[in-house]
Amino acid sequence: MKAFVRQKGLVAPLDRANVDTDLIIPKQFLKSIKRTGFGPNLFDELRYLDEGYPGQDCSNRPINPDFVLNQPRYEGASVLLARKNFGCGSSREHAPWALEDFGFRVIIAPSFADIFFNNAFKNGLLLIQLDEATVDRLFDAVEQTPGYRLDVDLIEQKIMTPEGETIGFEVDAFRKYCLENGLDDIGLTLTDNSHAIREFETRHRAAQPWLFRGA
Amino acid sequence: MAGQTLYDKLWASHLVSSRDDGTSLIYIDRHLLHEVTSPQAFEGLRLADRRPWRIDANIATADHNVPTSLKERSAGIAGIEDNVSRIQVQTLDDNTTSFGIETFGINDVRQGIVHIIGPEQGATLPGMTVVCGDSHTATHGAFGALAHGIGTSEVEHVLATQCLIQRKMKNMQVRVEGQLGPHVTAKDIVLAIIGEIGTAGGTGCAIEFAGSAIRDLSMEGRMTICNMAIEAGARVGLVAVDDTTINYVKGRPFAPTPEQWDAAVESWRSLVSDDDAVFDKVVTLDAATIEPQVSWGTSPEMVVGIHDSVPDPSQATDDTTQRGITRALEYMGLHAGQKITDIQLDRVFIGSCTNARIEDLRAAAAVVEGRQVAGSIKQAMVVPGSGLVKRQAEQEGLDQVFRDAGFEWREAGCSMCLAMNADKLGAGEHCASTSNRNFEGRQGYGGRTHLVSPAMAAAAAIAGHFVDVREFVDTPAPARRVAGL
Repeated sequence: MKAFVRQKGLVAPLDRANVDTDLIIPKQFLKSIKRTGFGPNLFDELRYLDEGYPGQDCSNRPINPDFVLNQPRYEGASVLLARKNFGCGSSREHAPWALEDFGFRVIIAPSFADIFFNNAFKNGLLLIQLDEATVDRLFDAVEQTPGYRLDVDLIEQKIMTPEGETIGFEVDAFRKYCLENGLDDIGLTLTDNSHAIREFETRHRAAQPWLFRGA
Repeated sequence: MAGQTLYDKLWASHLVSSRDDGTSLIYIDRHLLHEVTSPQAFEGLRLADRRPWRIDANIATADHNVPTSLKERSAGIAGIEDNVSRIQVQTLDDNTTSFGIETFGINDVRQGIVHIIGPEQGATLPGMTVVCGDSHTATHGAFGALAHGIGTSEVEHVLATQCLIQRKMKNMQVRVEGQLGPHVTAKDIVLAIIGEIGTAGGTGCAIEFAGSAIRDLSMEGRMTICNMAIEAGARVGLVAVDDTTINYVKGRPFAPTPEQWDAAVESWRSLVSDDDAVFDKVVTLDAATIEPQVSWGTSPEMVVGIHDSVPDPSQATDDTTQRGITRALEYMGLHAGQKITDIQLDRVFIGSCTNARIEDLRAAAAVVEGRQVAGSIKQAMVVPGSGLVKRQAEQEGLDQVFRDAGFEWREAGCSMCLAMNADKLGAGEHCASTSNRNFEGRQGYGGRTHLVSPAMAAAAAIAGHFVDVREFVDTPAPARRVAGL
């Protein structure tokens, strides 16, 4: 996983509540057995005017000029500003894979769906939850200011705006630790807890042997 | 000290360790795998030279991509015409074979949608933790099991460590009290709940469904309700264990052996919330007021009763909601104030992990029997949730009832719920669907999904538009019994 420490990035606004994971990456692209290459199909049904299919060269497809990520002023954005309940729906990790592959590293919204939230942090994305009024203000600022960039500092848990404002945010200590160090949590679990898992398993098997086949 | 909720008990009994910030490791008893969210996890294991922690905890089947036509299905994996789908199904088979994981192959009668076959096999038991790389894993909570939908990184984590990294959720209780009206079903209850609390109403919570209307439901009905907990934002749905639960489990292939049975039942009896347990949030619904539900928009919370009309965006309380309704009406090709019963349909889909169990097929068949699918319907299909559900339905003659009425009778799989196989909507087509999500493009590019119960889908197929199943079934069908029934 790519580490995230601090980044100053262009902000793209996606002004729509309840953005679901079907919208982030439609089902036909879930047939891939790889973890990479989903970026060109991020928001496929919003970005293009035709129906996409896996393995297609997207460079010649008709693009939807009205869609925010197709507007030249947001080209190269790495911060996505979104509305409430972002990432609802299916558990597909292809959604954060597509967002990351496209170039996003930070998503700011008033709320996120639970499974998406977990998946995103495991793929080097920093998800920041801010209150609705602050998100509203950021939407206004982004719209009014071409080239609007936010400086996001994970270590200090602060966002610096071009206007000089500092906005603090919360992040779980463990998620922060993994993200700032780019750590694979499987390795951590096995290093720190193998013994505890074995002990638990022995007790669990003795108490409820029917949970273990062939016990 | 306040008592514990069912969720508190399940959490405590699986807690392996906790960090200071509340990040915890919980032990996983059952891991269900399917072809879409597992290939990258197996690849990750191989790259790190890791092995699964406990092979016997895992069960796999292909469901999302599998064709449902008998012709394509009969040739096995090699017969899957879509190359990309075939490779994905083959990859699951290769991975589970090489790691020695029990797999129900695509023509095994035990194959089906993971959330249908787990309970059917007794592989989902009360008191278990169950995970699967699919958000509808909440279904298994109907057994008093703690069931989470997880992402692919978590699939890999569970394979490698038999544990999941979690933070404890909040406790939410949704009580549905009183008696449902005739032909009002579990699907209508859960759609009404989502309409009430919204698609983020349960975010961060484990929802326990309680109250007399939930207790009165069969296991099939409870599974339908827990299945859609995720559509209310909750990763976890739960129903307390009672005799209905225990009777359902008894005698299934993976259930406790006769020697273990009494001890297991005694342990399962404690899987209820204590009387003095405290919930962070409680919502109560009156079952008697729930009408058959129909979704009109592109989010499951955009749902109303059959006698209501499509809402007017100008009545919305805030700008974001107003834009959401306007966009949904545009996508759905509907206008404000349009009566739900005036929505004309193109296709009907009866299936999915929400509503493809035997009870669902019986409810639909009871409406269909002796009637004909309307001429304006391009396709009406029934996709049983598993090979065993299909076999049971055929033994009861339900397949013949559907075929005689003009429905297609398919092989088991996820099918048109998410259109990863050939079963999909065309652009602009309206579908009465017993599935769980009405998102844009969910059932096919440009497709327009309306979520309903199996009985309501069946009635809509006959009428060609939405109709109140309660009025519909009171009108006698033309006298005609199917031979052999």
